[in-house]
Amino acid sequence: MIEWASPALILLAAALLIALTRGHWRSAVILIAPLATLWAVWQVPDGVVSTVRFLDYTIEPVEGSALRRLFATIFAIMAFVGGLFAFRQARWYELSAAFAYASGAVGVCFAGDLITLFLYWELMALFSTVIVWCGGTPAARKAGIRYAMMHLLGGVILKVGIEGVVVHTGSIDIQPMLATNFDTWMILIGILINAAAPPLSAWLADAYPESSPTGSVFLSAFTTKTAVLALILLFPGEPILIGVGLYMVMYGIVYALLENDARRILAYSIVNQVGFMVCAIGIGTQMALNGAAAHAFAHIVYKGLLFMSAGAVVYRTGKNKCADLGGLFRTMPLTTICAIIGALSISSFPLTSGFTTKTLISQAAVDEGLVTVYFLLAAASAGVFLHAGIKFPWFVFFQKDSGLRPKDAPWNMAAAMVIFSVLCIVIGVFPEPFYRLLPYPPVEYHAYTQGKVLYYLQLLLFSGLAFFAMLPLLKRTTTITLDIDWFYRVAAPRVIAVLSTIISRILDTINQYFARFLNAMLMRIRRHYGPEGVLARTWPTGSMVLWVAILLASYLVMYYV
Amino acid sequence: MKPPASDNHWLARPENIRRIWIVSSIILALTVLLQAVIKVKGYFGIDAWFGFAAGFGFASCVAMVLVAKVLGLVLKRDDHYYDD
Repeated sequence: MIEWASPALILLAAALLIALTRGHWRSAVILIAPLATLWAVWQVPDGVVSTVRFLDYTIEPVEGSALRRLFATIFAIMAFVGGLFAFRQARWYELSAAFAYASGAVGVCFAGDLITLFLYWELMALFSTVIVWCGGTPAARKAGIRYAMMHLLGGVILKVGIEGVVVHTGSIDIQPMLATNFDTWMILIGILINAAAPPLSAWLADAYPESSPTGSVFLSAFTTKTAVLALILLFPGEPILIGVGLYMVMYGIVYALLENDARRILAYSIVNQVGFMVCAIGIGTQMALNGAAAHAFAHIVYKGLLFMSAGAVVYRTGKNKCADLGGLFRTMPLTTICAIIGALSISSFPLTSGFTTKTLISQAAVDEGLVTVYFLLAAASAGVFLHAGIKFPWFVFFQKDSGLRPKDAPWNMAAAMVIFSVLCIVIGVFPEPFYRLLPYPPVEYHAYTQGKVLYYLQLLLFSGLAFFAMLPLLKRTTTITLDIDWFYRVAAPRVIAVLSTIISRILDTINQYFARFLNAMLMRIRRHYGPEGVLARTWPTGSMVLWVAILLASYLVMYYV
Repeated sequence: MKPPASDNHWLARPENIRRIWIVSSIILALTVLLQAVIKVKGYFGIDAWFGFAAGFGFASCVAMVLVAKVLGLVLKRDDHYYDD
C-alpha cells in the first residue's frame, strides 16, 4: 500500500469508476471497493503515517488511531451494505455520488490536520447534496438547495475557525480544544451544524426524507457521524455539549412523535441519537468517549437498517406517509422483521447493539455523578422506544390495514437488511470483541447484569404500554410540524417582501417630492428667464437711462453726506 | 393491490390480538414482580425503588406525548404548507 494515500482514495476512485463502467463491472466496483477500503483501513497504524509540505504547512493526510479506525471501519461497512442495498435500484449517478460522499467520510476519519479535514468535509457536503437532488422531485430539488446552503454556511464558519486557529496558534494539528475564544467557537459551531445541533437542526429532517429510497440510507450514515468523530477529536469534555446533546435528544423525540412521514420520523430520531453521543462527548471521560464512539458505530448499523426497511417500503409502495401505510406485515414479512430488529436496537433493548453501547453513556453519567443527565437520558431512552421503537414499525407495518399488498423487498435489499440485522444482534449478544475496538480498551465494564437488564426491560416495556394507552393521542394527521427552518423558509422571505414594499414606497415618495421640487424650480426659472420672464424681457432704453441717472444722483448725494 | 375479501393472517385475527394483549400484560407484570427476586442496583437512591423504572418509563412517555401534543397545537400545519 502506498503510505501517504488515505483509504478514502479507494472509494473516490470507485466513485469515478462507477460512472465509467456498465453492467456487471459496475456492480463489481460497488461491492469490491468498500471491502478493499475496509482492508486498507486496517492497514493504517497508529500515529501520523505521512506528511506532505503544502505552502508553509505540514499536511498530514493520514493519521491512525483506534478511534479513527473504528469510525472508518463502520463507514466502509456502510458503503458496502448500502451499495448492496442500492446497486440494482439506484441510478448510477446516485451510487457514484454516494461513494464520493463515503470517501469524504473515511477521509475525515484519517485527517491528521485541520486543512485535510476541511477538504474531505466539503467533499461530503458537495456529494451529499447531489444525493438529495437524486430524489428527483421538485421538492427534492428545493430541499437540496436548502441543504446545500446550510452546509456551505457550516463550511464557511468552520473555515473561519480553522483560519483563526492557524493564524493565532500557528498549528494546524487536530488536537483537543475547548470553546474559549472566537476561533474555537467557530470550529465548534461549524461542526455542530453538521451534527444537526440546535438551532440549525431542521436541515436534516427537511432533506433526508426527500431523497430516493436508496439515497436516504447513505445520508443517514455519514454527515452526522463524522461530526461526532470531529467532536470527539477536537472537543472532548466541552461542557456545553452536555446541554446541546440533551436538547437534541428531547427535540428528536417530540418532533418524531408529531410526524407523519415514515422516513422523517427516522430523520428526527437521528438527531435524537446523535444527541446521546454529543452529550457523552460533553461528559468527556474515557467511558463517555467510548460510549459515544460505540454508540455511533451501532447507530449507523441500526439506523441504516431502519432507513433500508423504510426505503424498501417506499420503493415497493411509492408511499411515504404513515397515514397511507399500515398492515404491510402480511406481504413484507422479512422487511417487517428487519425493521423490528432495527427498532429494538435503537431503543437499546437487551440483546441488541443499542443496549451494549448506550448503557456505556449512562454509566459515564453515573460515574461522574451527573444525576439530572442520568435521569434525562433514561427518560429519553423510554422516549426512543416510544417514537422509533414502536411508532415507526407500528404505523408502517401494523396499525390499520391500508389494503396495500406489495411484494417483499428485492433480494439485494433483503440481503443488506439481513446483514445489518445480524450485526445488530451480534454486537448486542457478544459485546466483548466489539468493546476491544473502542478508543480506550480494555473496558472494565459488563454490559449485562441481571439488575440492569430488568431495569431496562421495565423502562422500555412500560413505555410500550404508554404508547398503546395513548394511541388515540398519537393518531396520524396529515400535517407537518414547523421548525426553526420556518424562519428562513417563510419568515425571512416575508420580512424581505415587507421591507421591499416599504423601501419602494419611500423611494416613490422621494421621487415624487424630487419631481415636484424640480418642476417648481423649472417653473420659477421659466417665470424669470422664459420668453415672458422679467429678466429675459427687452428693456426700453428710457428706463435704463432713468435708472443710471438715479444711481448717479444718489452717488452724488452720498459723496456730500 | 386490493385487500382480499377475508383477512385471515394469524396476526390479524381478533382472538389472537386478544391473546397478545393477555401475554403482554403478563410479561409487564412479571418484569415488575421479578424485582422482588432480582436486585436492581440503584445509583442515585430512588432508582432502586420497587418498580421505579416501570413508573418512570411510563410517566416520562406520557409527559413527552403531552408536550408533543401541546407543541403540535402551535406548530402543526397542513402537509402543503410550504408548497406555494
